Amino acid sequence: MTENPNDPGLPEERVPRRVLGTPPPGNGSALGAPVADAEPIVHEGVQFPDPATARKGERAAALLFLVAFLAGVGFVAAYVIFQVGSIDKVATSNMALGGTLAVALLALAAGIVVWVRMMMPKYSLVQERHTMASPPAVREEIGATFLQGANESGFVKYKLLRRTLLLAAAPLGLLPLVLLKDLGPLPGTTLRHTVWKKGMRLIVEGTGEPIRAADFNSPGGILSIVPEGHEDDLNALAKATLILIKFRPEDIKPGTKLNWTHDSIVAYSKICTHVGCPAALYEQTTHHILCPCHQSTFDAADGAKVIFGPAARPLPQLPISVDSQGYLIAQSDFAVPVGPSFWERGDAEAEARARGQA
Amino acid sequence: MSLDAPPKAIAGPSSFIDDRIGAGNFLKRNLRKVFPDHWSFLLGEIALYSFVILLLTGTFLTFFYKPGMGEVAYQGSYPPLVGVHMSEAYASTLHITFDVRGGLLIRQIHHWAALLFVAGMMVHMLRVFFTGAYRKPRELNWLIGVLLLTLALLEGLTGYSLPDDLLSGAGLRITQGVAISIPVVGTYISFFLFGGEYPGHDVISRFYSLHILLIPGILLALISAHLILMWVQKHTQMPGKGRTDTNVVGAPFYPSFMAKSGAYFLFTFGVLALLGTVAQINPIWLFGPYTPADISAGSQPDFYMGFLEGALRIMPAWEINFLGYTLPLSVLIPALVPMGIIMTGLALYPFAEQWITGDKREHHLADRPRNNPHRTSIGMAAITFYGVLWLLGANDWISAKFHIPLYTTTEIGRVAIFLGPALAYFVTYRLCIALQRRDADVVSHGVESGVIKRLPSGEYIEVHVPPAEDLVEHMRGKQPIPAITAGPDGEGIPSNGMRSPIGRVRAKLSQTYAADTEAISLDGHGNGHGAHETPPAAVGAGEDGQKSIGH
Repeated sequence: MTENPNDPGLPEERVPRRVLGTPPPGNGSALGAPVADAEPIVHEGVQFPDPATARKGERAAALLFLVAFLAGVGFVAAYVIFQVGSIDKVATSNMALGGTLAVALLALAAGIVVWVRMMMPKYSLVQERHTMASPPAVREEIGATFLQGANESGFVKYKLLRRTLLLAAAPLGLLPLVLLKDLGPLPGTTLRHTVWKKGMRLIVEGTGEPIRAADFNSPGGILSIVPEGHEDDLNALAKATLILIKFRPEDIKPGTKLNWTHDSIVAYSKICTHVGCPAALYEQTTHHILCPCHQSTFDAADGAKVIFGPAARPLPQLPISVDSQGYLIAQSDFAVPVGPSFWERGDAEAEARARGQA
Repeated sequence: MSLDAPPKAIAGPSSFIDDRIGAGNFLKRNLRKVFPDHWSFLLGEIALYSFVILLLTGTFLTFFYKPGMGEVAYQGSYPPLVGVHMSEAYASTLHITFDVRGGLLIRQIHHWAALLFVAGMMVHMLRVFFTGAYRKPRELNWLIGVLLLTLALLEGLTGYSLPDDLLSGAGLRITQGVAISIPVVGTYISFFLFGGEYPGHDVISRFYSLHILLIPGILLALISAHLILMWVQKHTQMPGKGRTDTNVVGAPFYPSFMAKSGAYFLFTFGVLALLGTVAQINPIWLFGPYTPADISAGSQPDFYMGFLEGALRIMPAWEINFLGYTLPLSVLIPALVPMGIIMTGLALYPFAEQWITGDKREHHLADRPRNNPHRTSIGMAAITFYGVLWLLGANDWISAKFHIPLYTTTEIGRVAIFLGPALAYFVTYRLCIALQRRDADVVSHGVESGVIKRLPSGEYIEVHVPPAEDLVEHMRGKQPIPAITAGPDGEGIPSNGMRSPIGRVRAKLSQTYAADTEAISLDGHGNGHGAHETPPAAVGAGEDGQKSIGH
């Protein structure tokens, strides 16, 4: 688009658009007359391969194209023959479909490469570049045209028009943002609460059954706990999931709030205080809880305080006790927001202490 | 047999179109457009063709995928999950996998193509960077490229989340944890994105429309612009015989480049098909449906997200509480700073280099990386920075496979993230200088011939022969790096702009950036080699020949 096609003397002009190739010897014309002895037309920068190479290339390319054809047909056959509906069938079908497709594509590609490399000429064509900038005269003319148009339109002269036009455009630009408001509710205080409340039973994840304190009696044991009535409620689980750990009484360190435990059973939020992954790994001998995402490590025996990693706060502890039937229940909701930190969170731990909840 | 006139089937429609839109003028200029040849010029094409394949396979997937978070009980043909409650999105992904012929293949090709798309862009970008191909007049195309890379990361993130399996959910959870950490507006962003509390019921359908409509639309527009600019400005070329800043040497678009590109597309597609066949990727049926209560250890994101993951992992636990508000630096810094440094650095580099060197000329001849040592060193430092973060994104695997304590990998990472780039900078710089000296050596003294000659004095020397001409031309393509000087020549009075503190810094930077390039000269120095059968051999005695090396 930048070249001037009428510019005489460009090197590419030496190359006619219609390139007449060297006919490979042995290939008869339509009339059967050999054309091999015709004088090849030579173009600068275009170097044809020798006929023997080209012939060899043709055979190789043709073979590859045939393979591609067969593989392409094979793909259709594989689609018809191999059904899906079980893991083994899917594996077979995938192998057959993918294998034939890959062979078809790769053989076709290889054939074309052979064609280009062995049968097409080697090129060393030269084209001139031209500076991208327009000539100064053109720029001047454009500048003048711009001014002429601007003045003709009256946009500069009529102040009231200009200002009201800009004024009219401003709210329209904001409308898309306004429209997006209903994407979601405002956060409010929802992040500060979970579904846990006084008397709600602890349900063992996966079983749907509540658990008696007496049944959870092997020290070092750990359970994943969900709130009763919310076993399939992902929004609730994203904040309320717990890990429940049974300690030997002598292992518990002062960081753990003892009056929130029951019979050396401690419940912590499972949601990591870093970016919210479930902190699911537990090392029995060291009492370390490890979040597999970014390796924040918490000491479960010591109020889940941070030992290592990017999490800045301990996993909040949930106050638990037992109901009249001996089932583990929550005493209340968490005293502080669970999960990742956010701007409005503030030092919720200090506030909780001030409220006397800690 | 050769063609004497265009066949009717082509001539007819061509005339029809030309009569109506005058396409002939365009074709006349462009059919034989010359494209320079170098293997590294094909890296961007990998990304381009991957994108085409992504559009094709992605369209197929949309025919069967259901972007819903409504709960269904799975009734498909994967026995372990029958009856399990899951989202429609996950159920339909299982359906594509097990109950649509070719579904698994297309899904796996789509995922592999996504990886290759980003990888192709990255490698292409590095090629452009290290050869200085972003220089005037190509800065705009460079900026488009940076934008494309950013959008590709976003496109990958949104697509990765769609199957709604346990692994993709972990990625989504981390995304939400990062979003909510943003000061002032974080909770609002999170609530608007997820339609309320995490995970809500909206995010999959929202990501779906972003992933299949909005972002690909922008990508398509930007890729088209990228190609048009490349076409208009013509491709850069490597230095070599007959190649200058004002010409372009290579093969014509029609027929050679066209055929090669077609083959290259098929190769890309073929390799992706092969990967989709034999290399399992994202086996979502093994992960199960997403629930925020569970996770599997050793979870890894797609490779292009690894550097963010690594940044999150090595960050110390910094968090500031003030006036009742919280600034979670341990999330904010790793989520924003590395990405910010890399993307902003990329976007600004062409302009920064122009400012430092004062070089406003057009450049169409690519630099060899060694010939601009500071640029190459900066690039290698950036790669190291990215690479350390990327490796640390898999530190749990490194720890497990190499039996290094987990926390040790993190602590090494915390040091390596600062030391690594500095070391890479230094080593690269010295390597570049050494390679330049070697070039100078080859140009001025020739290459070793393996022939030992005994001089009348009894001294043995190895005979050097002139290097191949194309090699020398390639090396001689080295252009000095321009530098601005603190003062105009003659009077020694610096101009106003150069006397300000910024001007002085600029002059200093400019001198440093251009240092060492004049010192290693590739101009011959009168040895007259090349014409002689046995040019003066400089090994042993030839210190006199190295007049201009080093300083």
